[in-house]
Amino acid sequence: MSVAEQSIAGAEARGHGFLASSVGRKVVMAATGVILFGFVTVHMLGNLTSYMGAEAMNHYAEFLHTMIHGMGIWVFRAVLLTAVGLHIWAATTLTLDNMAARPVGYRNQKNVASTWASRTMRWSGVILAAFIVYHLLHLTTGTVHPNFDRANPYANFVNGFKVPAAAAFYIVAQLCLGLHMWHGVWSCTQSFGLAHPRYDSLRRNFATGLTVLVVGVNISYPIAVLTGFIH
Amino acid sequence: MSKHLNLTLHVWRQKNAKCDGKFVEYPAENISPDMSFLEMLDVVNEGLIRKGEEPITFDHDCREGICGTCSMVINGRPHGPRERTTTCQLHMRSFKDGDSITLEPWRAEAFPVIKDLMVDRGAFDRIIAAGGFISVPTGSPQDANALPIPKQSADLSMDAAACIGCGACVAACPNASAMLFVSAKISHLGHLPQGQPERHLRVRDMIAQMDAEEFGTCTNHGECEAACPKGIKMENIARMNRDFIKASLTYRPATSGGGVG
Ligand code: HEM
Ligand code: SF4
Ligand code: FES
Repeated sequence: MSVAEQSIAGAEARGHGFLASSVGRKVVMAATGVILFGFVTVHMLGNLTSYMGAEAMNHYAEFLHTMIHGMGIWVFRAVLLTAVGLHIWAATTLTLDNMAARPVGYRNQKNVASTWASRTMRWSGVILAAFIVYHLLHLTTGTVHPNFDRANPYANFVNGFKVPAAAAFYIVAQLCLGLHMWHGVWSCTQSFGLAHPRYDSLRRNFATGLTVLVVGVNISYPIAVLTGFIH
Repeated sequence: MSKHLNLTLHVWRQKNAKCDGKFVEYPAENISPDMSFLEMLDVVNEGLIRKGEEPITFDHDCREGICGTCSMVINGRPHGPRERTTTCQLHMRSFKDGDSITLEPWRAEAFPVIKDLMVDRGAFDRIIAAGGFISVPTGSPQDANALPIPKQSADLSMDAAACIGCGACVAACPNASAMLFVSAKISHLGHLPQGQPERHLRVRDMIAQMDAEEFGTCTNHGECEAACPKGIKMENIARMNRDFIKASLTYRPATSGGGVG
């Protein structure tokens, strides 16, 4: 077959749509990732109410459950569930494609530009998925909580983190979130095509700043409980 | 005169695409530090031929860093340890006496091994054939400066056009992604007025062909940029993604009529 004929043969696959294409799925992963990072940032800020005492936090929780006549939280849940689902779908199919693209590896490949965060995205992602399930069973449904009280989210939060194993898993998951965010926030700008030498250092610094802020504050919660600062 | 080198090579030997390959150890003795890496291999091969053994097969052509034919992964890095240097432009002074050097072919599903260190990079040709061109109705030549092109666009286009299609980006990428190569071709034409008419078609067709060839996808590790002998930047990948998003959002199927009212 000549090159032209081969390329015509390949053209059959060329009609393939946005979601089937590699770049299209990267864009889905980036867009859903932005939704999820937006959520974790707002979630981190909302939980700052725990530093203001039981009343403030319970009041905030009540607001979340009653806004827009109780509909608001379900809208948020639907958006987040869809985003997580699409994100995992894109991540899984792309990862499988990438593994198939190099069936035989190198004896000793020397990485010179990639980071530990970039090379562990799929593992930090899997730990985050496990954490999300656990976190919902822990503080939303209370299924795996030692003494859950639906009417008192503040008490659930304090009592939940008094269990050292629960606090430890929470902290490990936050460190994974840090790795995922630090690479992901930068990476998604690239997937959206937002690159320009003028803004390159801004992209990196924004990723670092947001990661340190979200992960730092999130980790402070179980530490504040364990040290008795929040009680 | 500087001291000659004695080295140990661990070379991937594979008879053809179907056979399994394995690493074989060869001494490379009395190598001048002024030799190029390929000249060193020529010397080793002459020794093998004299002994009646099969010489090591590797790709090469211009040997002056411009054709993109030489390849091979040297101690875990495509084109070896020096930045922005092709294998043919790598000199033995980059190595020390007693070094042990591992030589492997580019590793990718889309680049099957033909023999030893030589792989089939036809997938790149098929990606170019899918859209890496402009259609020019020929006729008498246009005035040289009839098309105004800003100097910066010309420079950016030339930077992208420096890609020699060697495939080191694919070899270096942990996902065997060809996005640096494809994006270099897209940027090369996309910066120029001649590239505009087919710009959106081009990006969709070339990416579809890239996917059909079973290259991986970029996860923004940056290994391609570090390995590229021509300094192609990842900014090009972002530009390609941008073009692809725009092209997908505004796509309309081709129509036969139109323009006649
Ligand atoms: C739930 C389980 C998750 C899995 C299995 C997962 C997996 C992955 C994988 C494999 C990548 C691709 C790596 C790369 O392109 O470098 C990725 C990228 C990304 N992830 Fe996740 N992830 C998960 C959860 C999350 C969460 C909770 C967030 C946000 C809080 C998030 C945000 C992102 C972003 C923004 C990207 C970058 C997208 C891009 O490069 O365009 N992910 N994820
Ligand atoms: S982008 Fe660089 S590494 Fe990739 S094919 Fe072109 S010249 Fe080679
Ligand atoms: S042989 Fe032509 S670039 Fe190396």
